[in-house]
Amino acid sequence: MFPFNFEWIWDMSHMVFMGGLWYALTILGIGMTWCIVKAIIDMKKGDAGGGHHGHH
Amino acid sequence: MIDAALIPNGVKRCSFGKFLLGLAVVGAVLLWGVYAMLLCWFKGLNQTNMNDYYGFALWIWADLAVIALGGGAFFSGFLKYLTGKDELKNIINYAVLIGFICYSSALLILAIDVGQPLRSWFIFWHANVHSMLTEVAFCLSCYFGVLTIEFIPLILENRQLNKISFFHHLAHNMHEIMAVFAATGAFLSFFHQGSLGGVSGVLFGRPFAYREGLFIWPWTFFLFTWSAAAYGPCFTLLITKITELISGKKLVKDNVIELLAKISGWMMATYIVAKIIDTIYWATVTAPSKGFLVSDFYSNNAFYGMWILIAEILFGGVVPALILITPAGRKNPKARTLAIVLAVIGVCINRWVMVLQTMAAPVMSFDRWALYYPSWQEVATTVLPVAYGAILIMICYRYLPIFPQEPELNPID
Repeated sequence: MFPFNFEWIWDMSHMVFMGGLWYALTILGIGMTWCIVKAIIDMKKGDAGGGHHGHH
Repeated sequence: MIDAALIPNGVKRCSFGKFLLGLAVVGAVLLWGVYAMLLCWFKGLNQTNMNDYYGFALWIWADLAVIALGGGAFFSGFLKYLTGKDELKNIINYAVLIGFICYSSALLILAIDVGQPLRSWFIFWHANVHSMLTEVAFCLSCYFGVLTIEFIPLILENRQLNKISFFHHLAHNMHEIMAVFAATGAFLSFFHQGSLGGVSGVLFGRPFAYREGLFIWPWTFFLFTWSAAAYGPCFTLLITKITELISGKKLVKDNVIELLAKISGWMMATYIVAKIIDTIYWATVTAPSKGFLVSDFYSNNAFYGMWILIAEILFGGVVPALILITPAGRKNPKARTLAIVLAVIGVCINRWVMVLQTMAAPVMSFDRWALYYPSWQEVATTVLPVAYGAILIMICYRYLPIFPQEPELNPID
């Protein structure tokens, strides 16, 4: 899973598999971090946010 | 009602006592499944009827089936957020909830199937990068993360939770970038749906399942992804219909239902053409090249006859596709419901044959058909996710604004 694991090899299979996994996790991680940090900033600003926000 | 403050504005719900009674009935089934699950965990996989023939059995079929049926979430998200089918905003919440239930169920079943769930993390830490199942595990886990992220804003829109400023802003911000999460979900779904099909297609020692393909991917890779996108929305429509019948209310407008049915129908029609071509090529070229006649796979046993192929392709594919792509068919509620039910059965049969008939068919000249009957523990643990799903839907329907059109369609006097 990590380059410091004993079975890690710098070959195409590891780079594609693990690259895909870390790519997806990074997008999800950055996305959620942005949402949480912005929510804290918005909350501290006391911004009401314009009422109800839904999927609709 | 004791929980009136938690119920969304503008909708009516049954009494709290009736709700608890419903939970208790389904909860009893859930407990039966939990008991069987604990037996499997504490006593081991000897509680199942799996053997040297059946390393994959009822659980893997259930896994593949719920993952295909849960495909409605990624495909509806893809249609709404990436292709701009804005009408689907009225059913996307429910598609996400159903997807969440399906994928959490799949993970639960796998946690029972691995026998030693405390070592589940090995598949990540010591990943076998030459296995399609590793890709499935990666994508399944990540996509469950995506579904959780898509589900959280819906929970935060509960009347009381939404009053908390942080939750209100968090739900808003998550909606703002939901397209990014939906795109990630579509990417992950394409690969894990495909790899589940690929697992069967690469079994060159099992001529019933083996297929040629493109580069490293057998045709089953593409057929599984395609069928999940085609049939998944049908399951969303089916559960919506069941919810409407139980609640006695119209919850989604017909134009939304018909749009999703139409898209699903065309996806199904194109899929079933590809599936028929694949079946003909397999029957006339691939299987004979391995020394088998197609009739070998459908005879000399007590269960698997040609009927299952006809049921899957004709009644579970061609008929529902024809109904749903025809305006008169999909606008007729009875015909549409029939098509949706047939489609759901059809994709379940497809997953069944790709897992269980593959294992049952003899390979060596001295082999015989090996039929399999699940133990009650396997059945109970397979029913467990159904009960869990019903309970989650009951709770979410009562306390969350799942159906945006419900107040308009069912005004309170």
